[in-house]
Amino acid sequence: MKEDFLELRELVKIFGGDKNEVVAVDRVNLKVHEGEMVTLLGPSGCGKTTTLRMIAGFEHPTSGEIILEGERIKNVPPNKRPTTMVFQNYALFPHMTVYENISYGLKIHGRPEKEIKRRTEEVMRLVGLTGMERRSPTQLSGGQQQRVSLARSLVMEPKVLLLDEPLSNLDAKLRVATRMEIRKLQQRLGITSVYVTHDQEEAMTLSDRVVIMHEGRIQQVGTPREVYGKPANRFVADFIGKANFIKGKILRQTSDGETQVEVLGKTYNIKVERGAWSAGDEVVMVIRPESIVVGPGSLEAPTGKIRQSVYLGSQMVYEVEVGEYILSVEIANPGHERVFAEGEEVSLSFLERSLHVLPPEDK
Amino acid sequence: MRSLTRKSGEVIANLRLIWKEPLLFTSIIAIFYFLIVFVAYPVFGVIKTSLVVKGKLDFSNYLAVFSARYYFQPFLNSMFLGICTACIGTFIGFIFAFGLTRTTLPFKPFFRQTATFPIISPPFVVSLAAILLFGRAGSLTPYVKEVIGEYSIYGLGGLILVETIAYAPTAFLVLYGVLMAIDPALEEASMDLGASRVKVFGTVTLPLSFPGIASAWLLVFIQSLADFGNPMVISGNYRVLSVQAFLQITGMYDLARGSTLAILLLMPTAVAFFLQKYWVARKSYVTVTGKPTGATIKNVEWYIKLPVYSICILYTAGVFLFYGTIVYGSFQTLWGVNPTLTLKNYVQMFQVGKDYILDSLTLSSLATPISGVLGMFIAFLIIRKKFMGRGLMDFISMLTFAVPGTVVGIGYILAFNRPSPIFPIVLTGTAWIIILLLVFRNMPVGIQSGIAALHQIDPSIEEASTDLGADSNTTFRRITLPMIAPAFFSGLVYSFVKAMTAISAVIFVVSGRWNLITVAILGFVDNSQYAPAAAMSLLLIAIVLIALGIIQMIVNRIGRGTRITSIIG
Repeated sequence: MKEDFLELRELVKIFGGDKNEVVAVDRVNLKVHEGEMVTLLGPSGCGKTTTLRMIAGFEHPTSGEIILEGERIKNVPPNKRPTTMVFQNYALFPHMTVYENISYGLKIHGRPEKEIKRRTEEVMRLVGLTGMERRSPTQLSGGQQQRVSLARSLVMEPKVLLLDEPLSNLDAKLRVATRMEIRKLQQRLGITSVYVTHDQEEAMTLSDRVVIMHEGRIQQVGTPREVYGKPANRFVADFIGKANFIKGKILRQTSDGETQVEVLGKTYNIKVERGAWSAGDEVVMVIRPESIVVGPGSLEAPTGKIRQSVYLGSQMVYEVEVGEYILSVEIANPGHERVFAEGEEVSLSFLERSLHVLPPEDK
Repeated sequence: MRSLTRKSGEVIANLRLIWKEPLLFTSIIAIFYFLIVFVAYPVFGVIKTSLVVKGKLDFSNYLAVFSARYYFQPFLNSMFLGICTACIGTFIGFIFAFGLTRTTLPFKPFFRQTATFPIISPPFVVSLAAILLFGRAGSLTPYVKEVIGEYSIYGLGGLILVETIAYAPTAFLVLYGVLMAIDPALEEASMDLGASRVKVFGTVTLPLSFPGIASAWLLVFIQSLADFGNPMVISGNYRVLSVQAFLQITGMYDLARGSTLAILLLMPTAVAFFLQKYWVARKSYVTVTGKPTGATIKNVEWYIKLPVYSICILYTAGVFLFYGTIVYGSFQTLWGVNPTLTLKNYVQMFQVGKDYILDSLTLSSLATPISGVLGMFIAFLIIRKKFMGRGLMDFISMLTFAVPGTVVGIGYILAFNRPSPIFPIVLTGTAWIIILLLVFRNMPVGIQSGIAALHQIDPSIEEASTDLGADSNTTFRRITLPMIAPAFFSGLVYSFVKAMTAISAVIFVVSGRWNLITVAILGFVDNSQYAPAAAMSLLLIAIVLIALGIIQMIVNRIGRGTRITSIIG
C-alpha cells in the first residue's frame, strides 16, 4: 500500500476579481494513502468542495500541485484524469436509461461492447440495481438514483473515487443505511476515496481519516478517535461533537508526560505530549459533556447549580452554572441515575482520561 | 500586483486547458472568425461608407442629411411611426395578455393562437390585406368613406394600422410571459389585505409588470423601425428610413447616402435594444422560469371584462378580417372589379414564381440547420465554457438582433462584392450570400433558446460526462444536445419562419440567379397584381405551417412535450 498515493501540495485556490478576492482553499497539504477513505469535513464555505473539484479537475488551482502516483496532474483536463466523481445531485443523464448512464464512461473510452456489458452488469449487481437496466433515471427513487450515480463512477475503476456530499439529498434513515453500504463497498473494492461532507456523524462513521477544514485551511487530520479525543484547536473541538471550554493551569509536568493540571480548584492528573507545557502555563481545557459527572450535594468543590434539565430518553442533558461558565453535561442511561431538577445544587467532577488541553490564546 | 500575476496565471492555465482540447480551441477560433466576418464586418462597412469620403474621415454625408429636410424627414417619420406603433401595440398586447391570464375570457386557446398568428406570416401580408380592404378599390373603402370622409390608406394612418396588427403579438408574448410569471400569492396577499381588484391591479400587477411593459414597448419600437415590407407597400408619401435607404441604393446607386440613412436607422434601434437588454431586463421583478404558475384571481366584474373582452375580440376580428381577405382575394379574378372566383392566380403565381418558391425553400432549408446548430453551440460556449473573449462573443452574436435588416443588407453588399483581406471570396450574386445572411441573422434566436435551455440544466450533468472521460465536444454532442433538443427544434422553427418571411435584409442580396418568395410577392404588389400576391402569401404561410407541424411532431417524438408555438418570440 502506498503511503502517498494522492498528494495535495500547498494547494491554493483564489476566486473573484481584484477587489473581491476570496481565498477558497489556502495552502492545503494532504497525503491520501492507497485504499483509504478520507473525508473532508467542514462547515459550508470551508473549501472542501473546491478542493474536491480541483482533484477532479473542474477547478484549476491558483497555485500548488496535485500529485497522483507521483505524477503531477494539475494540468490534466478532467476527462483525462483517472478520477470519477459522485455528484451531490447525482447528475444523471435524464435522456438515457440506467444502463446507458452507467456504461457511458466505458463507451466514451471505446471499450469493446462485450467488456462494457460485463462490467456494467457486474457493478449493477454490486450496488443492487440488477433488473433496472431499462428504467429512466427519472423513474427511480432518490436512493436508487444515488446508486446509479455511484455505479456510474465505480464502473470506471477509478484510481480515486470522489464523493461530493452524495447523501445530502436522501432522507435521514436512508442516509444512515446508504453510508454503511458505501463504506462496505469501498473497503471491499479497496478504492482510494475522498469524501466531502458537512455532516460530522457521516464523516466519523465512514472514514479512515478525517480532514477538518475551516476558512480554506486544514485544521486537523486524524482518525475519527483522534479528532474527537484530541482536537487540535478550539474550532475542531467545537465542530466535532459538543465541548465545554474551561480555563486551567498546569501545575507540574514529569519527564514521562504525566501532568498535573488545576481546573476549577481541583487537581487532575493527565497524560500529554512531553514538553508541551511547563509549570504555570495557562491553558484551556476541552471537556466533553459526557465526561462530566454530577453528584448530589454542595460540599465538595467545584459545585454548580442546575439551570436546565432535559430528559431525552437515552440520556439526560443538563446545563450547569459553575462560576463564570455554563457547562453542558450529558449523562447516559438516566434510568439508573439520580435525576436532578432545575435549581438544584450539584457537585461536579471530570473524567481524567478524557481531559484535553489547548493553549489559551486559541479561539 | 499579486492578483495581476494570479490573473495572468489563470489565463495561461485556461489557455493550456483549451489547448489540450484542440477541437474546442479551433471551434472557438472559427466561430470568432465567422462572427467577425459575417456580423461585425458588414456593419462596420456601413459605418465606414457613411463616414469616409475619398479615403478621408468626412461628415459631409451626415451634414447633408441633417441640413436637407428631404433626408432628415424620414428619420422623424420613422421615429414617430415607431413610437405610435409601440404604444398602441404594447397596449393591445397587454390587454390581450391580461385577458388571457387574469379574466374568465372563454376560448382562451383560440384567442392565444390568433394573437400569435401574425408572427408566422411575412409582415407585409397585413399591408396587402389593408390595400385589398381599404385601398382605392378596397371592399370596405366606400363604407369607411361615408364615416370619415375622403382618406388614403397609403400613409401614416395605414402604416400604424398594419404595423400594430403585425407587431402587437410580440408585445403580447412578452407580457403574457410576465403576467404568467407573477406569483399569484402576491395578488392574493394584496386582496387579503383588503385591496379591491382595481387596487390589486394598480398596486401589484401593474407595477410588477412594468419592466415587462417597457421591454415589450422597446421590442415593438425596434420592429416598427426596422420594418421594411410594410412601408414599402403602404407608406405612400410618408417616407421612412428603411425604404429611403433602400431607394437611395437601388434607385440612385448612392451607397454613401444610403449607408448614412441606414446608420440613422441603426442608432435608435441599437439604443432601444441595449436599453431593453441591459437596463429593463435587469429591472425585472419576475424571472421567467418556464414554469408558469398561473394567477388564481380572476377578474369577473363587468367594468373590467367589458373593455378587455372588447379589445380582445376586436383585435382577433381584425386578424381574421385581414387574413381572410388574403384568402378571399387570392381567388378573385380582379379585386374590386371582377369578383368571379378563379384559380388563375395560383396558376400565374406558380408560373411566375416557381423558381422563387424553390429558391426560398432550398436556401431556407440550408440556412436553418446551420443557424440552429451554430446557435446552440455558441450558447453552450457562452454559458458553459470559460475562455478569453466570451463576453465579446456574446455581444457580437447578439448584435444582429439590434441591427435592422436594411443595415445588414447594405453591409453585405459592401462587404462581399469584392475580395477583402479578411474574406477573399466575392459572394455577391451567389446563393451563399443569401444563406450566410439568413444564418447569421437568425442565429441569435437559436442562441437565445439555447441559453434559456442551458440555464435549466444542472452543469454537474455535463461535468459528470467530462469526469467519465468525454471531451467538450463529445459532451456537447452526447449530453447537452439531446437535453436541449426541444429548445433546439423550436429554435429551428423560428429560424425557418424567419428565413422564409425575411425581406428587409435579403432584398439587397438577391440576384437573378437566386431569388426569394418574399421578393416575388413584393414584386407582384409593386405591379398591383394583388391577387397573385395574395395567393403566394398564402402558399408561404402554408409552407411555414407545414414546417411547424413537422417539427412539432419531431419534438413530440423526443417526448418532452414542449410546445413550440409557446416558445416562439
